[in-house]
Amino acid sequence: MSLKTFFGGIHPKYAKELTAASPIEILSAPETVVVPMLQHIGAPAVPTVKRGDEVLAGQVIGEASQPISAPVHSPVSGKVVAVTDQPHVNGRSVLSVVIENDGQNKWVDLEPHYDPVQLDRGAILDKIRAAGIVGMGGAGFPTAAKLSPPKDAVIDVLIINGSECEPYLTSDHRLMLEYAGDLILGAKLLAKACGAKKIVIGVEDNKLDSVAELKKHAGAIEIVLLDTKYPQGGEKQLIAAITGREVPSNGLPFQAGVIVQNAATAVAVAQAVRDGKPLVDRIVTVTGSAINEPRNFLVPIGTPIKHLVEAAGGFKEEPGKVLVGGPMMGLAQHGLEAPVTKTVNGILALSKAEAVVPEPMPCIKCARCVDVCPAYLLPLRLEAFGMHEMWDEAKEYGAMDCIECGCCTYICPSKRPLLQYIRVAKNQIVAASRKRTS
Amino acid sequence: MENLKLIISPSPHVRDGDTTPRIMFDVLISLLPAVAAAVYFFGFNAIRLVLLGGAAAVATEALFQKLRGKPITIWDGSALVTGILLALTVPPTLPSWMIIVGSAVGIAVGKQVFGGLGHNIFNPALVGRAFLTASFVGPMTAWTGPFDTITRATPLAVGAARASLPGLFFGSVAGSLGETSALAILLGGIYLFYRGILDHRITLGVLGTVIAMSFLTGANPIFELLAGGLLFGAIFMATDMVTSPYTPRGRWIFGIGIGFMVMLIRTWGSMPEGVTYAILFMNAVTPLINRWTRPRIYGQGVQRG
Repeated sequence: MSLKTFFGGIHPKYAKELTAASPIEILSAPETVVVPMLQHIGAPAVPTVKRGDEVLAGQVIGEASQPISAPVHSPVSGKVVAVTDQPHVNGRSVLSVVIENDGQNKWVDLEPHYDPVQLDRGAILDKIRAAGIVGMGGAGFPTAAKLSPPKDAVIDVLIINGSECEPYLTSDHRLMLEYAGDLILGAKLLAKACGAKKIVIGVEDNKLDSVAELKKHAGAIEIVLLDTKYPQGGEKQLIAAITGREVPSNGLPFQAGVIVQNAATAVAVAQAVRDGKPLVDRIVTVTGSAINEPRNFLVPIGTPIKHLVEAAGGFKEEPGKVLVGGPMMGLAQHGLEAPVTKTVNGILALSKAEAVVPEPMPCIKCARCVDVCPAYLLPLRLEAFGMHEMWDEAKEYGAMDCIECGCCTYICPSKRPLLQYIRVAKNQIVAASRKRTS
Repeated sequence: MENLKLIISPSPHVRDGDTTPRIMFDVLISLLPAVAAAVYFFGFNAIRLVLLGGAAAVATEALFQKLRGKPITIWDGSALVTGILLALTVPPTLPSWMIIVGSAVGIAVGKQVFGGLGHNIFNPALVGRAFLTASFVGPMTAWTGPFDTITRATPLAVGAARASLPGLFFGSVAGSLGETSALAILLGGIYLFYRGILDHRITLGVLGTVIAMSFLTGANPIFELLAGGLLFGAIFMATDMVTSPYTPRGRWIFGIGIGFMVMLIRTWGSMPEGVTYAILFMNAVTPLINRWTRPRIYGQGVQRG
């Protein structure tokens, strides 16, 4: 079978062997969970509980305030001890509900549905929305909103993203192996919810065991083998690889007739519609050379990172960097207090040696950044524009089309922080356009 | 686990192992076959010119940076590459002081006045060579044959009819130090390609255009490829990253332009050889090529569904 792929991209050291063979272990909730009201793109949820309230597992503790938002549920039963700003993996403080776990694991009454594929589109969407499901691959766009493009949009393909192109992470890999049946059901429900006739699951060819498992359940669903290359799981790159279509610049995938959903999101959808279970847990890879026993956990959302690190045997050596997510797009943490959210797919602890930020040298115009850029930009020019505060030029050269995959910075032999300067330019362009419209 | 001192930096958090000094080192490795061939055919003169050329370039870079109060960056290897490249393009009998002057001019005028590594418009080794050719026409065209000191005409001046093609391939002909053996140059080129340093679009653009134009002008394409500094230029000089275009289409245009200019000069010009000037000319238009060949950005020009 020939592998599908996109133009550009890189082949970093994957290091997935650290956890690829580790079955998902269920990690019970700690004594206290911290559940942020912001775990998605859009408006934060509004707390519906206050200090002193008793809550059940699965109970709504924050409700969606606007169309682009998502409700938040309690992962445990217990007592609300605080509704305050708490550390968040995004580096800021975010309003969170702190719950003391009573250890009883008492759930709200769930509404299962034994023949979920018979439900109509509206009912499926309602259940997805009520379960607080958001894109679990990292961005966290509310799933129900993503499944509801403008009325005149025609969606013919639903792509389930099982590429997991970030090095080190294996949470989706294990999920596809161990929850293949749920994933296929979720894919069917998602397709029905967006009206797509065709379903394609894209998986990189470094996860052939997952592909074999998915095929047992797939039926008419097509499974496409993708070249193992970063950023294969980028939405635009995945669409190009599988359909040959491009998402218009400054547009959204539905404009190319496609909706992409992450593999973990599909499983969450299946569990929400079939079992009535809201999104209160997820699979997280805890890995890296500074971790004693790298492995995969199914953890309640709201579990502090520290708890996961301890469950993985603690640190082997003092880490230089702790990341949430993979090494290409992950967020560096300044502590271990922040809790797991709906979008945290990995905790990566790098050794002190791996964490060193190299000294940049002059650009020698080798153009490796141009060759790897999956958006076909000229990163070396954008970097220079960003550095010299030439925002108009940066915009003209397509800074806003940058997907921030980091391939340019990764490949640069002069170790220049290209993406950093492109981000500066993007922020300035956005700020300038806001100023103009206000 | 308390009081961790964690580094906070933006993504990505991993980097490729290749570095700019490593690239320069790879270029030096790729020049080894050509240097070895030069030593084999021209003996002590080859050693003398390569050592002096390299040393003068490094010394000039250090001196220039010291005078300007800038950090001294000779350890990145780029000056050494320039000096050795220049040495390999001069005749074996060139006086020692001339190679020193050429190297110094190449680094000072060709590179440092523009701001050092990465900022120069012209290939510094070729700036040095153009300076030497313009200043010392006699010594720069005093071609001696291999294993002797008798001045001969180069194959390009004699013409294809009397040249030995095997001689051109293995290098037993009169010519510049490193340019006589096509075999040694190709070995270096294969290494550079394997290491991802040589951009095939530039090299194939040059060579393909020379072959195509040979057919048009009735010249012998194999002779045109092997004679003079063409192969050396197409593999080691035109592919200089700093002075060639960074756009994919631009690299083809750059290579084709060089091939075209070379054949123009060889066929109708007053000089037998024109690789140096062809590359320098295309260096000069590289910023324009970059501007005119910007790649189409993903998603631009796509119909909104």
